[in-house]
Amino acid sequence: MDTDDEFMSTVSSEGDMLPDDSDNDISGDDDFGFDDEPDPDLDMQHDIGQTKRAPYDVKFTVYQPQDIQQQQDVLVNEVNMILNISKEEAAILLRHFRWNKERLLEDYMDRPEKVLEAAGLSQMTCDPPKLEVIRGFCCDICCEEEEGLQSFALKCGHRFCVDCYRHYLGQKIREEGEAARIQCPAEGCNIIIDARSLDLLVTAELTERYHKLLNRTYVEDKETLKWCPAPDCQNAIECGVKKKDLSRIVPTVSCLCSHRFCFGCILNDHQPAPCELVKKWLKKCADDSETANWISANTKECPKCNSTIEKNGGCNHMTCRKCKHEFCWMCMGLWSEHGTSWYNCNRFEEKSGTDARDAQAKSRVSLERYLHYYNRYANHEQSARLDKDLYAKTEKKMVQLQKESGMSWIEVQYLSSASMALQTCRQTLMWTYAFAFYLARNNLTTIFEDNQKDLEMAVESLSEMFEKPVTELADSRLKVDIMDKTSYCNKRRVILLDDTARNLAEGKWIFNVEFSNPTPMPGPSSRK
Amino acid sequence: MSSSKRITKELTDCTTTPPPNITITLPSDSNISLWHITLAAPPESIYHPGKFGLIVSFPLEYPFKPPQITFATRIYHPNITNESSGSICLSLLKTDNWKPSTKIVTVLDAIRQLLVEPQPDDPLETRIAEQYKNDRKEFEKEAKAYVNKYAKGPVKFSTTTTDGGSTSTSSTTAPPGEA
Repeated sequence: MDTDDEFMSTVSSEGDMLPDDSDNDISGDDDFGFDDEPDPDLDMQHDIGQTKRAPYDVKFTVYQPQDIQQQQDVLVNEVNMILNISKEEAAILLRHFRWNKERLLEDYMDRPEKVLEAAGLSQMTCDPPKLEVIRGFCCDICCEEEEGLQSFALKCGHRFCVDCYRHYLGQKIREEGEAARIQCPAEGCNIIIDARSLDLLVTAELTERYHKLLNRTYVEDKETLKWCPAPDCQNAIECGVKKKDLSRIVPTVSCLCSHRFCFGCILNDHQPAPCELVKKWLKKCADDSETANWISANTKECPKCNSTIEKNGGCNHMTCRKCKHEFCWMCMGLWSEHGTSWYNCNRFEEKSGTDARDAQAKSRVSLERYLHYYNRYANHEQSARLDKDLYAKTEKKMVQLQKESGMSWIEVQYLSSASMALQTCRQTLMWTYAFAFYLARNNLTTIFEDNQKDLEMAVESLSEMFEKPVTELADSRLKVDIMDKTSYCNKRRVILLDDTARNLAEGKWIFNVEFSNPTPMPGPSSRK
Repeated sequence: MSSSKRITKELTDCTTTPPPNITITLPSDSNISLWHITLAAPPESIYHPGKFGLIVSFPLEYPFKPPQITFATRIYHPNITNESSGSICLSLLKTDNWKPSTKIVTVLDAIRQLLVEPQPDDPLETRIAEQYKNDRKEFEKEAKAYVNKYAKGPVKFSTTTTDGGSTSTSSTTAPPGEA
């Protein structure tokens, strides 16, 4: 990423995302410009003063499995030290309090017994867990009582044979996917089994699954953490955007595995459309109601019995097969009122036809409007789906180009940048159409559509250049053109996202559907 | 294996010191995993003096999985489905809550308690639960009518309805009729 680095870094939305603890800033700043985007290294200092962050950017941090483990360990150690309880107990307490350390400490200071009991810990302390052989022992589960039977009991003292214990834990972990709240097998006993006791009892494979499940509860328990949804990715992402903020911001995050997704709804990156509209749009596209829409646009109902009729011949004199009602296909009026002007409807003004026509026209317009947006959305979606192929082709092209032109690997990186830009921009374009479908018409919409048009034109022309044969790509003039266009595309995308995100944050968009905008902000309301 | 030993022990315990109002029979001597239970409604419940047939089936994984228990006799109750195979809603019997050390006696106790005290907030039959909460008189009338219709006379364990002529000889009360 050498030659293109300066282009990419000025517009990259990820470049300045560094983990830090300050509150998530979604308001952005007013004098936005991609030319003075802060250097990543300076970002920390900037945060002390004013954040230089694009309005569509959110802060997030990617955690790998070992980070997740470490975070838990840190919390467990803290609680272990402050409360002077074992690490296993600290972990159980923390899980009980959904990893809210402050609340745990507060509640524990107030009434320790109650907290321990509720979390499934008894106050009795005893030696580390061990298997024991006790004379005259009879397992309460399998009723086995032979000599030398190994048994185990948690602090509560409910003793069962090792086989039963293993079977019980195996079923809980493997079949029920339980980990954080496995209780003692005794009836009515709510003591929770701790990790150390578990390690003693079950096989290594099961222990691993148990710890995986425990890790999962850590991420799932915290509102600010989410798993990266990419297949086989084990990373989790931390982001401070809350559910209630989702009508004001589209929190797009990017995992280390390069998967970009929305932190709010876990779907693929859908900037600039907010989650709520995305949900509506996907439902609409999947819904069979659109079939019904087609029917109403291409067929007509018999004015008398309401049977659905598709015209299959040229004559306007319709006779309903069902009720034998005779009417004019053009005006929907009674055929008898047409007199002798057969095949030629000149009765537009007549009352009997206008009502029927109105409903027809409305449905037709709304269908056409939907199809306009849907076709463009679907087109970009398809192109986005072809991205994988495109990227593979790019790599081949880069290799080929190196061979044929004698350029170095670094020198052909511009193709990779162009490919990336195409993918990201198409993803954005796709959702601009879903977004536009729900926009009410006003000045802001016009600006939006201009931005959309600029981006689309830039993307299409880059796309065209990108698909040129390798022989032409070697031309250094084309190379410069592609680099310029790549940079231009990225800039156009940033401008579009910046505009939509800012207006969204300020609640300025007016939608033609119900949209929850909980923030009473100055300016026009976005409710219809 | 372990499950049969446990079931045998529980059966022995139940026959030597039978729980109140409960009689246990095995429909087949070779299969100890299927029990037929006759439960006499306790006097303090509105189902008294009805007698109800319960079918207990122990799964292979018992006691790690809960036993399956259904009412063979129809009953008008918020927590028991109003059909010929009356499923019971009892938190004790749910997989998540089931503990391997729970004995069948405890479960039967809980079911008997359910007859005395229905749990309308955790219903299987929402309509009956509503009625239980809002119109107790009507509920009791219906429940008693069901008792008269289905829960008198010899208990039958077939999965089909319990109406019709009885072939059993151990009849204790009048045959069903007035409802």
